[in-house]
Amino acid sequence: MLTNQEVAEGLLEKFGDQVFNFEEPYGLLTLSTTREEIIPVMEFLKDHKNYQVIFLTDITGIQYPDNAGQEFVVVYHMHSFVHNFRIRIKVAIPEADIHIPTATGLFASANWMERETYDFFGILFDGHPNLKRILNIEEMDYFPMRKEYPMEDATREDKIDALFGR
Amino acid sequence: MADIELLPHNVPSQSELPELVEELTTLNLGPTHPATHGIFQNILKMDGEKIVSGEQTIGYIHRAFEKIAERRPFYQITTLTDRMNYCSSPINNLGWHMTVEKLLGVEVPKRAQYIRVLMMELARITDHIICNSILGVDTGAFTGFLYVMQKREEVYEIYEEVCGARLTTNMGRLGGMERDLSNTAIRKIKEFIKSFPPVLRELEKLLNRNRIFMDRTINVGPISVDRALSYGFTGPNLRAAGLDYDVRVMNPYSSYEDFEFDVPVGQNGDTYDRYMVRNEEMWQSLRIVEQAINNLPEGPYYADAPEYYLPPKNEVYRNMEALIYHFKIVMGEIDAPAGEVYHAVEGGNGELGFYLISDGGRTPYRLHFRRPSFIYYQAYPEMCKGSSLSDAILTMSSLNVIAGELDA
Repeated sequence: MLTNQEVAEGLLEKFGDQVFNFEEPYGLLTLSTTREEIIPVMEFLKDHKNYQVIFLTDITGIQYPDNAGQEFVVVYHMHSFVHNFRIRIKVAIPEADIHIPTATGLFASANWMERETYDFFGILFDGHPNLKRILNIEEMDYFPMRKEYPMEDATREDKIDALFGR
Repeated sequence: MADIELLPHNVPSQSELPELVEELTTLNLGPTHPATHGIFQNILKMDGEKIVSGEQTIGYIHRAFEKIAERRPFYQITTLTDRMNYCSSPINNLGWHMTVEKLLGVEVPKRAQYIRVLMMELARITDHIICNSILGVDTGAFTGFLYVMQKREEVYEIYEEVCGARLTTNMGRLGGMERDLSNTAIRKIKEFIKSFPPVLRELEKLLNRNRIFMDRTINVGPISVDRALSYGFTGPNLRAAGLDYDVRVMNPYSSYEDFEFDVPVGQNGDTYDRYMVRNEEMWQSLRIVEQAINNLPEGPYYADAPEYYLPPKNEVYRNMEALIYHFKIVMGEIDAPAGEVYHAVEGGNGELGFYLISDGGRTPYRLHFRRPSFIYYQAYPEMCKGSSLSDAILTMSSLNVIAGELDA
């Protein structure tokens, strides 16, 4: 069983300052990288015999509208069945240039996960074979999970953010 | 006899024939086809009876749960989760509670954990009952379905006894269960443990070595273990392909490490193996249920977390603090700590994950459900390519795609 420390050291040795923000929330190794390095990092983890992170658990997006220049974050969850550890990789991308390379070349399952992320956040996965909406109708002209589209009717005054602790 | 003049046959040579135009038929399988067991569509290109290619259209019952969840207090999200895989709602509910408990740092007492294991395994049995008996229906054996459905009814009665609901159970609370197992519930569970094996054996007798069933399912819709991994298969479908990945064993939660059970694996990843893996999993689930009910620890059935767990009703009427907590919890005025959690449970169809990001507010900042059906259903065209339509229906049936989980 590999410890998070060993995996983090291995990644730092290979990628240097291209991997950063190492954390361990609730025991799950979390790190950030750039969009140039995300595919090499995943490939390295997948193919290296010490890690064998052969399973892509999930891809999803998060939006932080107030984080200028890093409004969107794409989150990858991966799992090594051989050594039983999970790893979470984050890539922050700006809203003005909302592109990230696709992972479909490494994992077939990335296809729909990326389509879902595109559908909800408008994140464009470069090189994706079929990047179109999946759960929403194709005529939709906005990306519904973005924070600028509130759930409730905007004219209502009884559901203000302060009531929800923000 | 007059000579018969034989007329020369006027057979045109190959080059004189008009050129055959190959034309593919487009077939819409769904959205309301009875074989899809839910609302989703497959647009199949057929060459005669053979499937050349296929494309799925999903999202017919997309209800934007992830968006709705951003405006709901944590306990109200439970009702969203049981509408995902509605064949095994308790697993979804309890998985969600465990996720929030992980975020809040609430330690759940052993008794509650055992009750949860009990309910989750009963839910797994109902899930697999549906999948396997419907597979029988799709091959033409209707009797088994009606027979085992009676047993599912008994499990639903146990649900009713534990949480008051049957299908969309909303079971459990943050911090434990909403009530202790009643004597009636314990009696019903014990009765079920006794009465289920003969029924399951009967279903096995009907299908397992049935020549027709075997001919229809063996080597139908096979997937290799490499492709299954690449496609993100989990649960019985991955195990049927030959990899023994089970969240309950790899990352035990809710005291699964206390129980003894086997993880069945298949070999070819075809429809028959998927059927057999689910069949064996029902036996293993029954084993876990038996262990849980026999070794049920004494003690409280909820955590000592007054800020999160509703106080007893008689306290609320007499005690000021209890009233305040009751009000705060019901109004959703619980401030969760900031943090991000990924928690996975072994759902009926595989790894059901909850990725929760809290910014310290009363609702999640972002919540993402890793729905196993959604991820593995994308392999469907590859699995049924080149097979006949009737086989493709069996492949879909054995994958156990649940529309609610597919669309969320």
